[in-house]
Amino acid sequence: MTTTNTLPLTSAAAVQDTPKATAEPRWVKWTLVGTALTFLTLFLILPLMVVLYGAFEAGMQVWWQAVTEPDALAAIRLTLFVLLIVVPLNAVFGVAIAWAIAKFEFRGKTILISIIDMPFAISPVVVGLIFVILLGSQGWFGPWLAEHDLRIIFAVPGIVIVILFGTLPFVARELIPLMQQQGKEEEEASLTLGASGWKTFWYVTLPNIKWGLIYGVVLCNARAMGEFGAVAIVSGRIRGETNTMPLHIEVLYNEYMFTAAFAVSSLLTGLALVTIVVKSWIEWKDERKKTSSTAR
Amino acid sequence: MRTAALKPVIPGFGLTMGFSVLYLSLLLIIPVAGLILFTLQMSWEDFWRAVSHPQVVASYKLSFLASFIGASINAVFGTLVAWVLVRYRFPGKRIIDGLVDLPFALPTAVAGIALVTLYAGTGWVGQYFEPFGIRIAYSQIGVVIALTYIGLPFVVRTVQPVLADFEKELEEASAALGANRLTTIRRVIFPAILPALLTGYALAFARAVGEYGSVIFISGNLPYRTEITPLLIVAKAEQYDYHGAAAIGVVMLGAAFILLLLINGLQWWASRRG
Repeated sequence: MTTTNTLPLTSAAAVQDTPKATAEPRWVKWTLVGTALTFLTLFLILPLMVVLYGAFEAGMQVWWQAVTEPDALAAIRLTLFVLLIVVPLNAVFGVAIAWAIAKFEFRGKTILISIIDMPFAISPVVVGLIFVILLGSQGWFGPWLAEHDLRIIFAVPGIVIVILFGTLPFVARELIPLMQQQGKEEEEASLTLGASGWKTFWYVTLPNIKWGLIYGVVLCNARAMGEFGAVAIVSGRIRGETNTMPLHIEVLYNEYMFTAAFAVSSLLTGLALVTIVVKSWIEWKDERKKTSSTAR
Repeated sequence: MRTAALKPVIPGFGLTMGFSVLYLSLLLIIPVAGLILFTLQMSWEDFWRAVSHPQVVASYKLSFLASFIGASINAVFGTLVAWVLVRYRFPGKRIIDGLVDLPFALPTAVAGIALVTLYAGTGWVGQYFEPFGIRIAYSQIGVVIALTYIGLPFVVRTVQPVLADFEKELEEASAALGANRLTTIRRVIFPAILPALLTGYALAFARAVGEYGSVIFISGNLPYRTEITPLLIVAKAEQYDYHGAAAIGVVMLGAAFILLLLINGLQWWASRRG
């Protein structure tokens, strides 16, 4: 999942004044660019256009009605509520585990890092199933939960749990390599000068990892708002109660209310585009910092 | 003197490690182990019957074959996109570069309804295939389309940094020694990006095998023909057949672990080469 994209600036500059022997003829270049763009148009740009066209085809008023009708509002509210719990929890976890891994030596570190990656490999559908089996009314802890009047599956807590599972790696995956690379000299200096552990974290570590943390949070947020397969199993699809935005879209689509489905989709698409812009911007900043520091 | 030397030991190991391990155990390790234990309660015959039902076997074939084709398409076109983004300048490059991440950022359900609308017989793209008798939506081709879409960023994003870091001098040396451009690409550049390419391929494949949201709309979910394995798990869970669902889930979990090991091995190889 490494998405760091180092130094295209230098390579772009190199292309211009390269001798012919290490460049392709113009027609080859433009054929390659054209093929790549056709491929990306078919798979990325057209789907994006379809959503926006479907959402606004019938006019702003219809769009507005679709996103403000009670069930849509309930789905938006639920999705935001889940994000407010999931993203901070996984951010705290990411910082904690990156601190433990980057600042200390212990056995089993590689195994721990591989375990964090597990949610990327496990199908979201299997994630949902796991929690239905454990916490559902017929599950292992079902009777105990029923006794204490706790409802997790087919209710909001179940949705929160499966999304926590699915988005667990994002912040940790960004921060572990970053903090490993930064080492611990700065923290040691701060502690030697008499600062407390918390103070060191707030004033030394946190500013250093700020952008990595934001990057991880943005990715975690994007995945959390769109989680579908796992939520589909544990939510029970109770309208206005346990339908997140993606589930609401599915319901609308299956009821042939295409315009409404695309209208709600356009909100998530907007958030996805914001995610991409923020992500590209952080990467661009990172690149500039790298090139300026190597130039110095 | 002694206390001063001891002081700068970084605090918080107990707290951060304790919290991390507790969090991982409660959320990840115990639940996954729970699924495995749950299937261990089944008799071998029941387990085997659930995982080898012809309908389920048909779904494995589709899921793995379509993921394989999708990942292969991405290996070819992903490398091409990475090459074009690193080596050439053209208008709109920055925007295109950002858009590659769309399948990571766009919710899969949104992608699903967009793809089916686009590739259905009346859709913007599907209408040009319909007259030739080619049905994309509600066929296996549709499944491949969705799985290609979902795996698109992986190959691009693993190959791109390797290509960007690649030393131009090696290409120049190869050209100076008399190799033509194609030979240089085949013998010098391709071996350098191969570990990254295979890592991206495996990541795209792993993601595709478990994918649900972007596929179910375009596939049409016809039994024995266009049902993917994750769909069968959902169907069984909705009918409260938890044992049947868990048995298939364990098969998918096994496949996921094997792929994870493979990816770790590939990444280790790639880092040793780099």
